[in-house]
Amino acid sequence: MDFAAIFSAAFALIVGLDPTFLTIVGLSLRVTLTAVLVAALIGLPLGAALALARFPGRSVVIVCLNALMGLPPVVAGLFVFLMLSRSGPLGSLGLLFSPAAMIVAQIILVLPIVIALTRQTVEDLWGEYRDHLRSVGLEGVRAIPTLLFDGRFALATVLLAGFGRASAEVGAVLIVGGNIAGYTRTMTTAITLETSKGDLPLALGLGLVLIVLTLAINAIAFGASRIGARYAG
Amino acid sequence: MRDVASILPLSVDAVSFLGSGRALIEDLSFTVPAGGLTVLLGPNGAGKSLTLRLCHGLLTPSEGRIGWAAGAHGRAKRHAMVFQKPIMLRRSVEANITHALAAAGVAGHERRERAHAALARFGLTDRATQAARLLSGGEQQRLAIARAWSLRPELLFLDEPTSQLDPAATRQIEELLAGLVAEGITILMSTHDLGQARRLADRVLFMHRGRLFEDAGAGAFFAGPATPEARAFIAGELIW
Repeated sequence: MDFAAIFSAAFALIVGLDPTFLTIVGLSLRVTLTAVLVAALIGLPLGAALALARFPGRSVVIVCLNALMGLPPVVAGLFVFLMLSRSGPLGSLGLLFSPAAMIVAQIILVLPIVIALTRQTVEDLWGEYRDHLRSVGLEGVRAIPTLLFDGRFALATVLLAGFGRASAEVGAVLIVGGNIAGYTRTMTTAITLETSKGDLPLALGLGLVLIVLTLAINAIAFGASRIGARYAG
Repeated sequence: MRDVASILPLSVDAVSFLGSGRALIEDLSFTVPAGGLTVLLGPNGAGKSLTLRLCHGLLTPSEGRIGWAAGAHGRAKRHAMVFQKPIMLRRSVEANITHALAAAGVAGHERRERAHAALARFGLTDRATQAARLLSGGEQQRLAIARAWSLRPELLFLDEPTSQLDPAATRQIEELLAGLVAEGITILMSTHDLGQARRLADRVLFMHRGRLFEDAGAGAFFAGPATPEARAFIAGELIW
């Protein structure tokens, strides 16, 4: 199969809205968006709390979180696998090789990014706002809603960074999802498999979608910071 | 408007404040009764800003105490502060005011009314929906004062409110402050600007190196300062 033929077959899959193709893209988006949503719900308030809290060992926590941002996805996958496997502590839930397991693994990948970057953003903002917020009586937990809201443009970029990491990784979803066709096969695991099988059009089509997705994420992130600069100064 | 007993006088009693091992404020005592504009005057580094922060409760004295009139220990804090560099939230002009009111526990519908009143009072009504951080420096400081005013303080602290403004904006702020005093709000503000002190002060607290050197009526202070330090400052030759 020559190069041009592969490309045109890939485009045919995308334009023809091939059902297999759509299932894979749909599952990928569902898993990653859910993981980012959960990570945001946990990570934004936790990151803000970490920005404001002072306790012994805080620096250690921050360093660990920063290090976890670079956690290899396969290691996160292995960890979740051990937890969810039959003999593991959460084995009775029967979640292994399901989309739920993939969501859990991706939450573990995204959460450190959200917490660590939120901590940084909120701490900078607190440095600027501290005098005023304390003056009007907003300290500690009571300052968090204001800081998260006023950091909204920077925090949108944080969530997009998390989305980028989760949508691009293979290792974790492959280990805990199992790459089961029609059930736990995502764009990245499908690309891995189809490439090794030689079904290059499907792999390339999915690859193109991933690239477009990455491009869209970055465009949105750029737009968010632009709007932020215009509106929030 | 003044439906509760006054929080004034504010009494600062033998207050010291230590920072990195040395006394930045030493044995400071004065009172601020209701009414008028008191200027904390002194060169940079005299401890004026620290004094305001201590009074406002942003800092806790290392020694001594800051007290308010008996029975002033309500939940509502009836003193507000405006900072040297206006701190503008990343929101609209109006939202900057409603946010402060919400923090003070004012109910939703009343917030809007009071914000609109504050915007009108300080000539910012046509700016209401603009992003606060895109206002000019003078407008930002005006908004900071409007925001503090909307909290209905009895006593307003201002820390060098015009030091970053051009002469026109400075003049505008000074006129505003005179208006607030006429309205019955007590003001304690710091400045290192002698001209401003002369224009605004009813009373001068002269500070130098963390200590209070003089506490006098403005007329008496400028006519004949009692201490050599104050004389040197007025003559523009205070060495510190």
